[in-house]
Amino acid sequence: MTAGATGGWHVATVVGARPLTRSARELTLSVPGLEASSPGQHLDVRLTAPDGYQATRAYSLAATGQAERADLVVDRVPDGEVSPYLVDVARPGDLMEVRGPLGGYFVWRPGDPGPVLLVAGGSGVVPLLAMLRARRASSSRAPFRLVCSVRGPADAIGREEIDEPTPGVEVHWVFSRESPPGWPTRPRRVADDDLAAPGFTAADGPDVFVCGPTGFVEAAAALLTGLGHAPDRVRTERFGGA
Amino acid sequence: MSIVTRGFGGRRDDPGDDVPPGQFVTQDFPVLSTGPTPSVDEAHWQLAVHTETGAAHRWSWDELMSLPAEDVTTDIHCVTHWSKLGTTWRGVSLDTLFADVETSADFVMAHSYGGYTTNVPLQDLLDGQSWVAYEFEGEPLEPVHGGPARLLVPHLYFWKSAKWLRGLVMEDDDQPGFWESNGYHAYGDPWLEQRYS
Amino acid sequence: MDRPAHDAPLDGNAVAGLLGEAFAFETTLALVRCATCGRTDVVARARAHVSAMGAIVRCDGCDAVLLVVVERPDGTLVSTRGAAWLRAPRPADRPY
Ligand SMILES: Cc1cc2nc3c(=O)[nH]c(=O)nc-3n(C[C@H](O)[C@H](O)[C@H](O)COP(=O)(O)OP(=O)(O)OC[C@H]3O[C@@H](n4cnc5c(N)ncnc54)[C@H](O)[C@@H]3O)c2cc1C
Ligand SMILES: [Zn+2]
Repeated sequence: MTAGATGGWHVATVVGARPLTRSARELTLSVPGLEASSPGQHLDVRLTAPDGYQATRAYSLAATGQAERADLVVDRVPDGEVSPYLVDVARPGDLMEVRGPLGGYFVWRPGDPGPVLLVAGGSGVVPLLAMLRARRASSSRAPFRLVCSVRGPADAIGREEIDEPTPGVEVHWVFSRESPPGWPTRPRRVADDDLAAPGFTAADGPDVFVCGPTGFVEAAAALLTGLGHAPDRVRTERFGGA
Repeated sequence: MSIVTRGFGGRRDDPGDDVPPGQFVTQDFPVLSTGPTPSVDEAHWQLAVHTETGAAHRWSWDELMSLPAEDVTTDIHCVTHWSKLGTTWRGVSLDTLFADVETSADFVMAHSYGGYTTNVPLQDLLDGQSWVAYEFEGEPLEPVHGGPARLLVPHLYFWKSAKWLRGLVMEDDDQPGFWESNGYHAYGDPWLEQRYS
Repeated sequence: MDRPAHDAPLDGNAVAGLLGEAFAFETTLALVRCATCGRTDVVARARAHVSAMGAIVRCDGCDAVLLVVVERPDGTLVSTRGAAWLRAPRPADRPY
């Protein structure tokens, strides 16, 4: 079978499914043999049709630390091959395969005391949510700032949980198409002002994690290096798409 | 295959049709790329055939457009298991481009803008078997699908139909191209399932 | 098609699973040196074009192909032709 670092494919059973927004759903998988993951890691998910046709995609783990269980949040990409199945069709009892946990670069270690700046576009919030959950579940006092860019309030994944007040954790929402009623700013893209905050400037040397669609990640990373963050302190994970 | 994912069909129709073994029919046109999509504007586009003697035959975009074009309806088969049936293309037959090319070499390396290469025997490019295609389904070929112009060799797996074609270089030996150097078959006949080397 | 094909590239993080079939270490943290321009960085920071045929990892400096990963039925094939070398991470670089 495999001698590699991944440990090969594991059979996963859907044990829970919960809609989060009009396009995103949380899926909980039970995966015997899957090791506990670190915040920021992902799985490869492989689906097999009855005639043997297969499709594989990467999905981040939204929660970490528990072996044999995977919490995914999948956002539907219109006309996509895999995400509409995971958002609209999969139900408890269904089987798929997963490989992982994967990745060692886009990972926050709860032992790191330094400030952390998290920048999410759309479903790019998923691995950052895992970091936030790990921070809240641990004794870490690392200062966190999470900047979440979403199209509108109806697209915000996990907003209630993310907004839960926690000492040392700041959350900043940016609405790109439609702001909530009474919101102080008009819809706009992430800009320097959203990324530069006291305690999280380049001089503070935060670890920066940027995740989302490829175009968003490249734009945000360019702003961050423009603000003086050292390129090797800005960790990015591109999800694809435009 | 150990398990089946209930309700997952992928983006496919029932095969049933006359497709090569291991292929599934799709209505989409999935995109496979080895790098960024090169943007080549037609004013700077050029196609060249280089023979083993060092002779070169070149066509500008306007020269290509002035050559007799053919409309082609064909099935295409990607090594990644999808087939697309009855696709329609417009382009210039390689018989036309090779009419004045003198060569005794048996193999061709197709070169693309962006650096991609793929090897094809010359006899698979001639006798109405291949085209330099610049229209797909009645529209100019989109850059993501290989525009302005791509090679179309539909009887071989589709990676042989090099996107963003810029040159055809005659070779005495069958040198491997990009995918052929990385585990894929040197020839790639879908009916014989020649996927891997 | 069994993998997505994004015109917009991914990065080295996306090939962790593919490369992990071939190497026993955490490949996205491995250092890779570009044989073309000499840039040396972790695999995670390279560009990745992932399609159903395989993954092509390109240098973020000069765009040269560093690694090609193809999942063949008989095992995962990794071409390192474009890399001067690949250095496994130290155990301390592991995330867990
Ligand atoms: C490391 C990693 C982690 C990921 N984690 C998550 C996650 O936690 N949640 C999640 O929802 N997705 C995640 N993704 C994206 C996911 O892997 C798929 O790309 C996505 O679900 C689309 O797959 P699909 O089969 O539905 O679309 P496809 O059939 O692959 O694509 C259909 C069309 O949509 C475009 N497209 C593909 N991906 C995206 C995208 N992400 N955004 C916009 N357009 C796109 C394609 O270019 C194509 O034109 C992650 C990707 C990577 C590389
Ligand atoms: Zn380079």
